[in-house]
Amino acid sequence: MSRASEILFNSRKVSRPSSLDCIEKIFDDFLEFHGDRCFADDCAMVGGIASLDGMPVTVVGIQKGHTVAENVSRRFGSPNPDGYRKVIRLMKQAEKFHRPIVEFINTSGAYPGKGAEERGQGEAIARCLFESAGIKTPIISIFIGEGGSGGALAMAAGDRVWMLENGMYAVLSPEGFASILWRDPSRSSEAAELMKITATDLLANGVIEKIIPEAPEGIENNVEYTTDFIKKDLIEEFKVLCAKPIDELLKERYERFRKFGEFEE
Amino acid sequence: MNLFKKKNYIPLGKTAQYNRHARAEEDYSDSPIIPNGLWVKCRHCSSTIYKKEMDEFQICPKCGGHFRIGARDRLNITCDEGSFEEFDADMTAKNPMGYPDYEKVLEKAREKSGLKDGVVTGKCTIGGYKAIIAVMDSNFMMGSMGSVVGEKITRAIEKSTEMKLPMIIFTTSGGARMQEGIISLMQMAKTSAAVRKHSDAGLLYVSVITDPTTGGVSASFANLGDIILAEPKSILGFAGRRVIEGTINEKLPPDFQSAEFQMEHGFVDKIVDRRNMKSTLVTILKLHCPKEVD
Ligand SMILES: [Zn+2]
Repeated sequence: MSRASEILFNSRKVSRPSSLDCIEKIFDDFLEFHGDRCFADDCAMVGGIASLDGMPVTVVGIQKGHTVAENVSRRFGSPNPDGYRKVIRLMKQAEKFHRPIVEFINTSGAYPGKGAEERGQGEAIARCLFESAGIKTPIISIFIGEGGSGGALAMAAGDRVWMLENGMYAVLSPEGFASILWRDPSRSSEAAELMKITATDLLANGVIEKIIPEAPEGIENNVEYTTDFIKKDLIEEFKVLCAKPIDELLKERYERFRKFGEFEE
Repeated sequence: MNLFKKKNYIPLGKTAQYNRHARAEEDYSDSPIIPNGLWVKCRHCSSTIYKKEMDEFQICPKCGGHFRIGARDRLNITCDEGSFEEFDADMTAKNPMGYPDYEKVLEKAREKSGLKDGVVTGKCTIGGYKAIIAVMDSNFMMGSMGSVVGEKITRAIEKSTEMKLPMIIFTTSGGARMQEGIISLMQMAKTSAAVRKHSDAGLLYVSVITDPTTGGVSASFANLGDIILAEPKSILGFAGRRVIEGTINEKLPPDFQSAEFQMEHGFVDKIVDRRNMKSTLVTILKLHCPKEVD
């Protein structure tokens, strides 16, 4: 198995810590809040407020389950538009109360359902990107497992994007890529290699700023090893980001995404 | 006429570029991409139409169904004559992921569309009102958004922010350009952030949905207009029909994700017939901008 295929496999393990597992280890006083104030409470998206070493923060995350039953109830971590609208609502609340925002990402993509389309999946993701570009408080996103397409990007449009050692992020799943471009899903491992989905590749091309290590014995056997790093890094990074004047923060956030593109003219 | 109803007389474009979110090309096998042949089949009423029967609006003379229209033709029916000044006309794609044969795929798309990439941008006047305009073209790799589309649209939006002009984007896209990988995905954040700045400056952005607008483009600037117009029966959606049907294990109604469906669900302001598009845009511009004379 190539390194990319191995990481793809690891990123999807049901034993990996979920967003709620990470939240529980990193923050104190987590209060989960529900609903988008429009239509529903999306079970694939969790969010609320908590304390990061004494500092109030807003936390949101895409939630997968550890068992089949839990995964079914969480729609396998594929949010509906209501989930993205919950994120927007909590981001605006964070802005109002000057709380930094932490976003955990773990999804193969936004849910491709009938109701999701009826309620504007595209609009919800677009609005999340639009709002993220202007929210006047620091945003740090962390890929803890899978990161697939626009449904992941919606939550990775802030000031810093980090990734666990065995996380991945791609424009679509390597299986989807292989079946669409080559009409051959069995070539997914070749696609995974080509697509540069690993944290190392993404760090090299500037899509992420930091790789967070996982314990040698496997993350599922030592979650604290990783969450201790996350906690320490969040505390340090928010010190830097919160010290910046808002205009500068937003300007740098704009530049962060403005730079992507390779073309000739 | 019967002679021409045979399927093999209709040389429909066969493009292999589509993505998970977009509707697969097969879904469009009867789509009205006008090929080099003399006859085209209307997707809406299945009539075979002699191309010369259609005027510059490319509307089915039998049923009024809208055929897909290229970027240049769209500019001709939208901008005041001679007013269009193109931006970044020579920008071309690179191969950031080292995708095998991407150069060949691009070359084919250039031949098919007569364009360098999937969008044409520039400055123009519409009914005398100045505007920045971007028109996507489904003949170029299904209007997929890679670096060139993302960069040209971002620059056009930035230019309209800088010049304090309204922005008009005609969208059509199968989604992100797979062959450019993660860089394509980043174009969604980049364009949406540019729309945000434009919006914060108090400027008008009209997005016009044309068939089809799906995937990453629907999940970024297409759905962010202050005013969202759509051509009749154009498809606007995030996930592709077959992907959804596969997920929920049921057949979707025929009008699913159509402009009419989207208006009913609250995602489109107004459905506008192509023949009335320019006059509708002029009215919108009139109600937002003081008329400027050069
Ligand atoms: Zn017709």
